[in-house]
Amino acid sequence: MNAYNFAYLDEQTKRMIRRAILKGLAIPGYQVPFASREMPMPYGWGTGGVQVSAAVLTPEDTFKVIDQGADDTTNAVSIRTFFERTAGVETTTATADASVIQTRHRIPEEPLAEGQILVYQVPIPEPLRFLEPRESETRKMHSLEEYGLMHVKLYEDISRHGHIATSYAYPVKVEGRYVMDPSPIPKFDNPKLGDMAAIQLFGAGREQRIYALPPYTQVISLDFEDHPFEASKADHCCGLCGTTNSYLDEVIIDDAGGRMFVCSDTDYCEARQAAGHKGKDAA
Amino acid sequence: MYVAVKGGERAIENAHAWLAEERRGDSDVAELSIAQIREQLSLAVNRVMAEGSLYDPDLAALAIKQARGDLIEAIFLIRAYRTTLPRFGVSEPVDTGVMACDRRISATFKDLPGGQVLGPTFDYTHRLLDFKLAADGDVPEAPARAAEPGDVPHVTEFLNREGLIEEAPHDDTPPPDLTREPLEMPADRALRLQALTRADEGFTLGLAYSTQRGYGRNHAFVGELRIGSVPVEMEIPELGFAIEIGEVTLTECETVNQFTGSKTEPPQFTRGYGLVFGQTERKAISMALVDRALRWEELGEDFEGAPAQDAEFVLYHADNIQATGFLEHIKLPHYVDFQSELELVRKLRREAGAAQTQEAAE
Repeated sequence: MNAYNFAYLDEQTKRMIRRAILKGLAIPGYQVPFASREMPMPYGWGTGGVQVSAAVLTPEDTFKVIDQGADDTTNAVSIRTFFERTAGVETTTATADASVIQTRHRIPEEPLAEGQILVYQVPIPEPLRFLEPRESETRKMHSLEEYGLMHVKLYEDISRHGHIATSYAYPVKVEGRYVMDPSPIPKFDNPKLGDMAAIQLFGAGREQRIYALPPYTQVISLDFEDHPFEASKADHCCGLCGTTNSYLDEVIIDDAGGRMFVCSDTDYCEARQAAGHKGKDAA
Repeated sequence: MYVAVKGGERAIENAHAWLAEERRGDSDVAELSIAQIREQLSLAVNRVMAEGSLYDPDLAALAIKQARGDLIEAIFLIRAYRTTLPRFGVSEPVDTGVMACDRRISATFKDLPGGQVLGPTFDYTHRLLDFKLAADGDVPEAPARAAEPGDVPHVTEFLNREGLIEEAPHDDTPPPDLTREPLEMPADRALRLQALTRADEGFTLGLAYSTQRGYGRNHAFVGELRIGSVPVEMEIPELGFAIEIGEVTLTECETVNQFTGSKTEPPQFTRGYGLVFGQTERKAISMALVDRALRWEELGEDFEGAPAQDAEFVLYHADNIQATGFLEHIKLPHYVDFQSELELVRKLRREAGAAQTQEAAE
């Protein structure tokens, strides 16, 4: 892969992306347009996250990639291999050892520290998109801080279902200003967004947007006084490590529809098992 | 035991190996060469160059071979390659008036300076399978004669002389660059045309067809369609003047459209424009129709709510590499999100069930 620059992108492109990242950090929650490049993986498969990672990685970094919380899902493997080949950086599955973590759909269970960067892959960066399909309109709504439509949507959910019927990509308000899409993380992860010690960067390649949360930013999940936000998960404990406070995947294990619940964060689960914790389904 | 997601790495490697084998097919059958694809599947090569935004027939042929003939996949390979190339500079605008035309037809005038030249077209072939091709591919030499000397003037120039068609004023503003700047709305015509020329052929065709059937109708005549090669010139800073660096084959379509006039403009014809790499006639005509439909605002026409009139709709959905990537990404695991939906639906059903039981008890 010597024909390509460090971390694939040429330095001009990285500079353009870094500028967008810096602007995003300066205006938390604001979607910065950037000239997204075609990457050697398809749009919708993490090209935004890959471009952001490529722009922030240095040769000294240690890189971790997760998809659905797991290091060994196929697309996580593919993206990790891509950076092993093009950047030659160290990779790891241990959350604490990574300086840059690229993620799709989860925030690691283990709290992140200062000096770490969490890069999110974002499919649809616009939280208002499914209420208003026109980009020209939604940008206007953000600039005028006109978020009534979003509250009406949440209210209609409550009047119809008794609950806010959004379980992932749950909208948040950043520092009292921008309403932001946290990417399709389960709302269980939303409380981790705020006050995080690490830098959080969001890259949407196809939609050509970057946004960011600097460390210790105030991030509040939208709700109503009488219907407060509630982080939810399956009401079980992990079958392998026994934890009660991690986000769980439901796995069907036999033809009779038998199922077990296991941590979606594989590194967290393995570390607990290595420390001797055992769930009821552990071998 | 829980093995659902383990072994991703080995699975990927094995899948790639299998794919390579499938791509080659039966090894008793001779392998396709790049030259064969370039020469004998040239319209596929042209489409890949046009939508890949890179004029290089050999690379396009290689991409088609690697993609097993899946043209969108081939376009993707070309796009991913082109984005890594350094940009040395920008050519002078090409002059299609000096095109060495292989084909040039006008549907608006029976005869005209430069003449009607059918060229290598399928148009009047009868679509009967030619079983002889299955046996041997020898073709008799086509009759030839020398080309008419001189440039071939554009049909719209004749109309323009009488003031019958809107002026297309000369504009030296450097056009925005879709590949280097994020697409932002509202998009001016130069940017729209840039997006359309690399837009998916099928999507563009569907939109153009919808205007013909009344969704944003603008009744287009093909004023002129020409296909041929034009020289590409570039100014070299060290020389201080432009030199010819090569030639490209282009398809250009200019439509002449009905216009009843508006409060500010007397009745006159209006223009739609299509310009595409290679011999890509269906695409160029489609592009011209969609271009015209998107011009409703500057021409003071009504927005009828037709998809082809809606620039945001057209431009954000015309790129097949964006579209196919996002469409196909739903194959990726989504079990975290699905799990949260499962929890929610179970909860809502539980509550709905409890409410019904209570109602029945009352």
